Amino acid sequence: MHTILLKKILTERTWHMRVAAPLIARKCQAGQFLMLRIHENGERIPLTIANWDREAGTIDIYFQEIGATTELLASMKEGDTILDVVGPLGNPTHVEKLDGTFVMVGGGFGIAAGYPVARAFKEAGNRVIAVLGAKTKNLLICEDLLKSVCDEVLVATNDGSYGSQGMVSDVLQSLLDGGEKIVLVYPVGPPIMMKVISQMTLPLKLKTIVSLNSVMVDGTGMCGSCRVTVAGRTRFVCSEGIDFDGHEVNWDEMMSRQKMYSRQEKEALEYYHEHGGCQGGCQ
Amino acid sequence: MKKELTVQERCAIPRHEMPHQDPAKRVRNFDEVALGWDRETAMEEAERCLLCKNPQCVTNCPAEIDIPGFVRKIAEGDFLEAARVLRASSALPAVCGRVCPQETQCELTCVMGKKYKSVAIGRLERFASDYALFKEQLPVPAIAAPTGKRVAVVGAGPAGITVAGDLVKLGHDVTLYEALHEPGGVLLYGIPEFRLPKEIVRLEVEVIQQLGVKLVTNFVVGRTASVDELLQEFDAVFLGNGAGAPSFLNVPGENLNGVYSASEYLTRCNLMKAYQFPRYTTPVATGKKVAVLGGGNVAMDAVRMSLRRSADASTILYRRSRKEMPARVEEIENAEEEGVKFHFLINPVRFLGNETGWVTGVECLRMELGEPDASGRRRPIPIKGSEFVVDVDMVVVAIGQSANPIVASTATGVETNERGYFIADEDGRTTKPGVCAGGDIVTGAATVILAIGAGKKAARAMHEYLSGNGSWPVVTPHK
Repeated sequence: MHTILLKKILTERTWHMRVAAPLIARKCQAGQFLMLRIHENGERIPLTIANWDREAGTIDIYFQEIGATTELLASMKEGDTILDVVGPLGNPTHVEKLDGTFVMVGGGFGIAAGYPVARAFKEAGNRVIAVLGAKTKNLLICEDLLKSVCDEVLVATNDGSYGSQGMVSDVLQSLLDGGEKIVLVYPVGPPIMMKVISQMTLPLKLKTIVSLNSVMVDGTGMCGSCRVTVAGRTRFVCSEGIDFDGHEVNWDEMMSRQKMYSRQEKEALEYYHEHGGCQGGCQ
Repeated sequence: MKKELTVQERCAIPRHEMPHQDPAKRVRNFDEVALGWDRETAMEEAERCLLCKNPQCVTNCPAEIDIPGFVRKIAEGDFLEAARVLRASSALPAVCGRVCPQETQCELTCVMGKKYKSVAIGRLERFASDYALFKEQLPVPAIAAPTGKRVAVVGAGPAGITVAGDLVKLGHDVTLYEALHEPGGVLLYGIPEFRLPKEIVRLEVEVIQQLGVKLVTNFVVGRTASVDELLQEFDAVFLGNGAGAPSFLNVPGENLNGVYSASEYLTRCNLMKAYQFPRYTTPVATGKKVAVLGGGNVAMDAVRMSLRRSADASTILYRRSRKEMPARVEEIENAEEEGVKFHFLINPVRFLGNETGWVTGVECLRMELGEPDASGRRRPIPIKGSEFVVDVDMVVVAIGQSANPIVASTATGVETNERGYFIADEDGRTTKPGVCAGGDIVTGAATVILAIGAGKKAARAMHEYLSGNGSWPVVTPHK
């Protein structure tokens, strides 16, 4: 049982939670994730560990309400408990002192997942820039958090309501045009954004590491639900990733596999709306 | 007192069959197929045992069960005592009575089987252990005085449960770590409810918890803590994490939607109860035309699950012939009764999909059998130009497992072989003092009973280490 210690809404349907998970907080590193199951009847879903406090034994997660499980999670209150939280899973992001600038490109609630990675690269002595994207100003999250660990934070909104108008790829392009010596790009967010960035950096031979978010069950390499083709070879995101070379990922397959359960996800959501959260599973 | 039967009288009793749910009915439910015996049937079957002075059945039981001993007690009507005899050697008798391949173990060497049909030892085991789980409780046995030694067991599958049960009885302080949210390992996520009810697994684990085993779920050794960290806290460690990584064919189209590993399909259905979706939130594809690739017990489980869950037609595609299928005869027969179609000497070469990325077909080649290969089975050879397509909307790949490296990668000094399995001697000792390993992560994917056998040997080796001067032999890999 893991108690929810803090719950905050960031923008419409996007939440920040702090959860008691001392075993995970003790060990986790940037780039790792956890699996959680809310109650007996629940599914196991992966979420990136966005922050942690080793002393207090807490971890922070960010999520968007997009289905039955995330809607249920969003309906829970501080003091409520999550039945299962397991981790840290996946391999930590490889962090080192680079010969140039590290750019974290974050989109949507993926920005939160990019935060610990940006922080780790900063702590390793690098110049770190964050490029954050959102549809509109109100949907931008974690800007201050990123400002606290980055040399520069640049924002792009689709409607131009904040920062520059356009896409994160436009901002990355203008950084490159401006002579910034970028040696590593780390896009994290919607797959389409990660694909676009990877395609943009490929001809430039600019190293691009992506953080993949696949459908998972156990999260430990046991089932192969999360498999993705990288450099022509099937890899398991949960046990061999979650970071991969963005230039080698088969994006179309990755995005297609993410939609494998779209019909059932809709059905599960309708069931949740009809029957409520506990479904007989939690106390 | 009942009259002792003569050998002739014992031989004259025919072996009793196991009643099954009607095939037409059982494909519409997830309840156990084998219905079990009543006390009269069990007692009569038990009378068939010749009570050999030198019982050959026991020599072929990896769990080292006193088979004539427990069978005798059933014949006498003392079912609880029969269960106690079983539990003295095995932590999982109700499981073994269901899923152990007795026909290649105890029942193979049963003397009765030489001339007549062997005693139905497995069914008797199931009867007696179920009696003690559901009818009358066995008192918690006395355990040895605390030794003050702490043992970590990694993986709450058949091997780990066995080690934990044996070592706790010897007075050691045992913590059993499980990566998933419930204990049981393959007994839970792999073997379906209709072959092994999950209630049975839960109750058997409860028994070792009553003995004092501490169970920690949601703890991924290799991630949540390394093996090296466990060794700082514990005097000995057993690694029974299972093979744990599904194998794929590595042919084009294998990552299309609707193509599953057997581990994924069965985990979704069994552990996560996706067959009760949407009451349980985990989804699983509801294929109507299902092909399962493989010929082992896991393939049988997957194909039978698909019929119950969604399929109108489920087919086994196997690259060798019927004779080479590793699945138990009983499971093949069960599958056939339920309407599973079998196609032999077929090798899938690629998967075809539609514009939405969903699998629609398996392109196959026909095979013929050539010379025997390393496994002693005749090697299938493709016939040129024999390509054809099997129409499907779901595929389950059940061709085996390989070693999951997560545990091994954090176990300094515990050597693995070229395929990633732990190197261990006959008693499970690894190359690191105090660390034993057993089950699929040593042998590669095998049976529940072999994992239990490995667990028993390892428990003895660990007890010897914990009780002795801490010496550890130079390990030579057991073949």
